[in-house]
Amino acid sequence: MSPVEYEPVIGLEIHVQLKTKTKMFCGCELSFGDPPNTHTCPRCLGLPGSLPLPNARAIHYGLLIGMALECELAPRSIFHRKNYFYPDLPKGYQISQYDEPLCGPGRLGDVRIHRVHLEEDAAKLVHVGASGRIHASDASVVDFNRGGTPLAEIVTEPDVTSAEHAREWLTLLRTTLRQLGVSDVNMDEGSLRCDANISIRPKGETQLGTKTELKNMNSFRFIERGIRAEVARQEEILRNGEQVVQETLHFDPRTEAITSLRSKEEAHDYRYFPEPDLVPVTITSDMLDTARAALPELPAARQERFEALGLQPDTARQLAWRSELGDYFETALQANGDAGSPQAVANWVCNELVARIGDEDPAGSKAAPGAVAALAGLVERKAVTPNNAKLVLDKLVNDGGDPAQIIEAEGLGALADDGELEGIVEAALAANADAAEKIRGGNMKAIGPIIGHVMRETKGRADGGEVTRIVREKLGL
Amino acid sequence: MPTDLTAVQAAEAVRAGELSATELFDAYRERAAADDLNAYTWVADAAPTEAPPADAPLAGVPVAIKDLFCTEGVPSQAGSRILEGYLPPYTATSVARLAAAGAPLLGKTNQDEFAMGSSNENSGYGPVLNPWDRTRVPGGSSGGSAAAVAGGSAPWALGTDTGGSIRQPAALTGIVGLKPTYGAISRYGMIAFASSLDQAGPLTRTVADSALMLRHLQGADTRDMTSVGLREEIVLPTAERLDGIKLGVPEELSGEGIEPGVRDAFERSLQLAEELGATVESCKLPHAPHALSAYYILAPAECSSNLARFDGVRYGQRVEADTLMDMYTRTRHDGFGPEVKRRIMLGTYALSSGYYDAYYGRAQRVRTKIAEDFAAAFERFDFVVTPTSPSVAFELGAKTDDPLSMYLNDFCTVPMSLAGIPAISIPNGLSDGLPTGLQLAAPAFAENKLLDAAHALEAALGFQRLDQRETVA
Repeated sequence: MSPVEYEPVIGLEIHVQLKTKTKMFCGCELSFGDPPNTHTCPRCLGLPGSLPLPNARAIHYGLLIGMALECELAPRSIFHRKNYFYPDLPKGYQISQYDEPLCGPGRLGDVRIHRVHLEEDAAKLVHVGASGRIHASDASVVDFNRGGTPLAEIVTEPDVTSAEHAREWLTLLRTTLRQLGVSDVNMDEGSLRCDANISIRPKGETQLGTKTELKNMNSFRFIERGIRAEVARQEEILRNGEQVVQETLHFDPRTEAITSLRSKEEAHDYRYFPEPDLVPVTITSDMLDTARAALPELPAARQERFEALGLQPDTARQLAWRSELGDYFETALQANGDAGSPQAVANWVCNELVARIGDEDPAGSKAAPGAVAALAGLVERKAVTPNNAKLVLDKLVNDGGDPAQIIEAEGLGALADDGELEGIVEAALAANADAAEKIRGGNMKAIGPIIGHVMRETKGRADGGEVTRIVREKLGL
Repeated sequence: MPTDLTAVQAAEAVRAGELSATELFDAYRERAAADDLNAYTWVADAAPTEAPPADAPLAGVPVAIKDLFCTEGVPSQAGSRILEGYLPPYTATSVARLAAAGAPLLGKTNQDEFAMGSSNENSGYGPVLNPWDRTRVPGGSSGGSAAAVAGGSAPWALGTDTGGSIRQPAALTGIVGLKPTYGAISRYGMIAFASSLDQAGPLTRTVADSALMLRHLQGADTRDMTSVGLREEIVLPTAERLDGIKLGVPEELSGEGIEPGVRDAFERSLQLAEELGATVESCKLPHAPHALSAYYILAPAECSSNLARFDGVRYGQRVEADTLMDMYTRTRHDGFGPEVKRRIMLGTYALSSGYYDAYYGRAQRVRTKIAEDFAAAFERFDFVVTPTSPSVAFELGAKTDDPLSMYLNDFCTVPMSLAGIPAISIPNGLSDGLPTGLQLAAPAFAENKLLDAAHALEAALGFQRLDQRETVA
């Protein structure tokens, strides 16, 4: 009997710090890196007698997010109090939303959105002492600068099917949020944070398995690795005939270890109830009009536009979902009249350039968009072979420069169509008589050594297709 | 004596140049400093160095402020040991508005801890005595404010009312207490008990004084999203008759549970109202008997959350301990009194997962029903009238061991709080030598009408306040 195959079912919860000027419920300016407790007031310190005032800009940003995620927008939404004690929570409750969130069901790409709601961020605990971690620290102090920063919490349906899928979809989400201009979406600075609810089930089952919650992973790579590790852990549990326990988990990216933060029994009872200090938020048609007018081009629309340029859907999506790639691509197209076709330029950006710069922003690369476009054009016009063009790109990425000049200087240009190649092919056939015989017998796979011979002789300047054509011609095929 | 004047009279006298604001302030300051009712938790050292501008409407008439209003640099402890020595960095909107209108801060008045109580015996700073009989309570939670005004050490005072905390002590000390429409006055800077019910209001010698103070307290405040202000300016009441006025007497709040002496006084007042031209009929508020039960779910639920911030981390008292949880526990164990703890526990329970609908959700539905009952009554009647408190002032300690009998003090006042409507208590004659109160309730935002009717009844009742009696003696 073959072993049961499992499939992961993953839902994501993403906290996005909104890039408003002031905090969610007071007039203190948002800041990052300023001296501790310099952006506080009675409201965000939760001093006795203070009352919250909602930030209209944050609500506007919430509506932008809701629209970009194609959410149902409630005409009325209310804030709730989420009660628990912790030193980073000065009121003893967080003002959040519960059963009447700002945005209801929606969709982004292939993942459905459950809801989007607004809330305030907690303050920042700083652990003083040698280790810098909560354990073995001498003391913990609180910096309330961050306390009260507006957050949008985006909750997906459990439509994410793998760690890679999670990473890819989060990239789309981050791009969308960046295009909207509502957040810095910087995971290092905590303006984008992600939790994952993970369960697995035998492939084909519809019943959901017991889920665990993986908390606060602070980079896309860690999210991918964390989910992968947790899925593997759950698989092992089930294969051993044991049960997954519902709990909240922490993933340590250094050791790949997954540790329990708290079990279901230890879960907080947040005692949600409607925030009596705030009146319901009514979404007027003016607010909706303003938000609609402020919507920029979103990845889905950009993908469509790229497809209309003749790009393959996959390439178009890659460029649209990673907006910095899309921006680079569009700059490349405009830069040079000798640019290759859009698909050719896109291929060079998405495949070869990305292979060389990884997750870095291509705008920071030494390879100028125009140079990559020109290179694509040279390849298309067969002025350089694809293989040699990759060497040119290496040089562009390392040192910058102009592709035509590099080709000239390095002697990487394709062989001119002047009979020189024919002679080299003939020599190669003569030197590999066995292979030639096999080809004549119909075994085209035997062409490898001959092409290799030609490429050695021409230092890669020969076009593989042209070599094959001449071989067939010489052998009378 | 300047202290014989009502606030309206004193303001007029100062503006007419017959009295200096400093002289007035000092006369009261001297009395407040000599107070032996434990009505104050703090008294100003001296008159403000700057006299109020000549055209200031409140002309320097000083005001006693319930402790739970934040006053910058002045202790604001809400009657709780957990806030002992707490000096807020800002001043409550209502206090600032009174000051801007020319009413300087005379002192901070004692109260039940976080406004939870009906006798002022729950204060962390000792009980307040009733000036009519020092063996008795002044009511609560604004007991210090009531005792200060009734005892003559303050011309008027600011209090708060969540379920009767202005009206009941006003009744028990023979003065006027007004709870305005919810939202009429900003709550910014009021240390919260139950946010959806808390409302500031005046405790005064006369209905006109209440009107004058309300005029300068009311108004929407950009710092409090739930404040809406009143729709018309408050005018000083002048009515002497009640012709054409229809008074509804709710059966549920005027029969069972009302002390005979209080009921007699109430019925005499209804007769008087008829003599003034009003018609008096009985009416029904069918859900009013459930008001107290709903209130003791909703108010504790909100307080359990509002009081979570008193955790020893940032301000107030802290009891040091080895772990965070121990620090929280000990700080709150030592800092809060028994009634506050009781309500935090009640409220925490009522909001717990699995109980929310049965308690909080249901209580909210009762609240809606009560508001609908009043709306129906106001289709037939101008005002609903009841005794303010079912009893006269009781002896210190008489009910401290029996929270339920203590809660029953608010039987007649809680329904109006749940409905968010304005209600006033005026002195209603004596029962066994102790004051009783008459409560009139009006539709939301009908404060001017309410004050007018209360003024007409007040004049006809001719009640002699304690400060007037003492002056005579």
